[in-house]
Amino acid sequence: MRVFATSMVPQRSLLPYAVLGSIALVMVWALIASGVWSDMLKYRKDIAYLTKQHLVLVSVSGSLAIASGVLIGIWLSRPWMARYAEAAIQVVNMGTAIPTLGKLALIMTVLGIGARSAIVGLWIATLLPIIRNTYVGLRSVSPTLIDAAQGMGMSPGVMLRRVELPNALFVIFAGVRTAMAINVGTAPIAFLIGGGGLGELIFTGIDLQEFGMMLAGAIPTALLAVAVDFLFGQAQYWLVPRGVNPLRNS
Amino acid sequence: MIRLDALTKVFATGHGDVASVSGVTLEVPAGAMCVLLGPSGCGKTTTLRMINRLVTPTSGKVHIGGRDTDTVDPVELRRTIGYVIQQIGLFPNMTVAQNIGVVPKLLNWDAARTRKRAEELLSMLAMEPAEFMDRYPGELSGGQAQRVGVARALAADPPVLLMDEPFGAVDPVNREVIQDEFLRMQKSLRKTVLFVSHDIDEAVKMADCIAIFRAGRLEQFAPPDELLAKPANEFVASFVGRDRTLKRLRRIAVSEVVRPGGANSGPTVRASDDLRRVATLFLEHGVDTLTCVDEQGTPVGTVTRDAVAARLGER
Repeated sequence: MRVFATSMVPQRSLLPYAVLGSIALVMVWALIASGVWSDMLKYRKDIAYLTKQHLVLVSVSGSLAIASGVLIGIWLSRPWMARYAEAAIQVVNMGTAIPTLGKLALIMTVLGIGARSAIVGLWIATLLPIIRNTYVGLRSVSPTLIDAAQGMGMSPGVMLRRVELPNALFVIFAGVRTAMAINVGTAPIAFLIGGGGLGELIFTGIDLQEFGMMLAGAIPTALLAVAVDFLFGQAQYWLVPRGVNPLRNS
Repeated sequence: MIRLDALTKVFATGHGDVASVSGVTLEVPAGAMCVLLGPSGCGKTTTLRMINRLVTPTSGKVHIGGRDTDTVDPVELRRTIGYVIQQIGLFPNMTVAQNIGVVPKLLNWDAARTRKRAEELLSMLAMEPAEFMDRYPGELSGGQAQRVGVARALAADPPVLLMDEPFGAVDPVNREVIQDEFLRMQKSLRKTVLFVSHDIDEAVKMADCIAIFRAGRLEQFAPPDELLAKPANEFVASFVGRDRTLKRLRRIAVSEVVRPGGANSGPTVRASDDLRRVATLFLEHGVDTLTCVDEQGTPVGTVTRDAVAARLGER
């Protein structure tokens, strides 16, 4: 089974962001020099308003997805679910294979146009990798640890909290990070089903061939993606216990 | 004290029911170390796991300290039984101190007491607490991890200890060292220990009594010396090996064969040495009498070939 593992490679946590930052600085300079920057500034008010809308889309759908995805992943990994879990994960895998735009379109046919459909669409797109990684992470905790935990008198709840989740946390976080990248990357498309957000500037800018308007949507979207990845990267670094965190095993 | 009463486990498999353990009855006195010995698949591990209810018996009873374990909640029961496994199973997300503190925490000890207990156990196992308390299992050598595994099992001072090939994953040199340490600790702790092994030498070295299993049945249950002197049947005899008399030498102390008087010059032994030392000196020096001396080197008696032969022949 494939696990999202893009961020599993040990790395010095801040270096990539420094590189990205310098590239961004060069681009800003290019924008200012070419005069596109002043075009973009015309959309200041739109940027502020739509960014707020965009953030609501991302944070509501993202936090719903993390909460429900982890819970569903835990539930599927319990021994009594063993008979159905693999089948359920196959469904999740098939769901992941559907292009996000297709998912949004399907949801729109059920829920109609608007922010609610957009949030549900983003939620489902984000949910699947989290379920999968939570399930796989928990199932790959060594049976030896389970045996030791059980033999020492841990109840199933204590075992989940103190042994299974901490040892699966790195893989779960990898799933959350991937899922949030999908979420932030998909959020602009929400505009197409009436969800608002920065996609409005991007798509309208493309349609009107207004380079400044398009960038006024695209640049904040890109910055948001970097910021969200940084945030979850830091959370993964600091929240996963040192003994089971490949990023911190020096 | 642990008493197993016609303990039986039948597993349902693809081709019918298979009895992994059938009708095992034995009694281990309090403070004794009993080794469950046999080839792989003989049911020794299943027997061990029925004692802390990781495996539910098909029939039969387990009594610990006179209490029928059927009547106790399995989770509560396991907190009163130390458990050591071959793969050690230290939790990699916890430090050494947290690993040792698992059962105390389950029993709601306060943090200070738990930490103090972890320090105490590490010192007892010859590991410097200041150096090891806050390490993660990934930062330990195999031998150190195994010691922490033992410390973790002893943390809440359980009267009973179950050990499933506890020193199997350690290299032979370190295994000897850890075995010696454990024997020294056991001398003062006097836990009731059930210890699974497939290694006859380990069993002879460690055990107060040995239970030999074959295909789920108990073949013989006896102290090491008796087992080696009088194997109950062909299987036990072949399992303990043709050199069983040599193996016996390890568990017989000079003090058992020393006779007063008759001191002479030549090689000396101490009363606390075992007969392996005596045999070595007999062969190396071509003598048949040794002088037994005390701590100060004062002769206290003699050891003769006749006395050794008499001791080996009396069972």
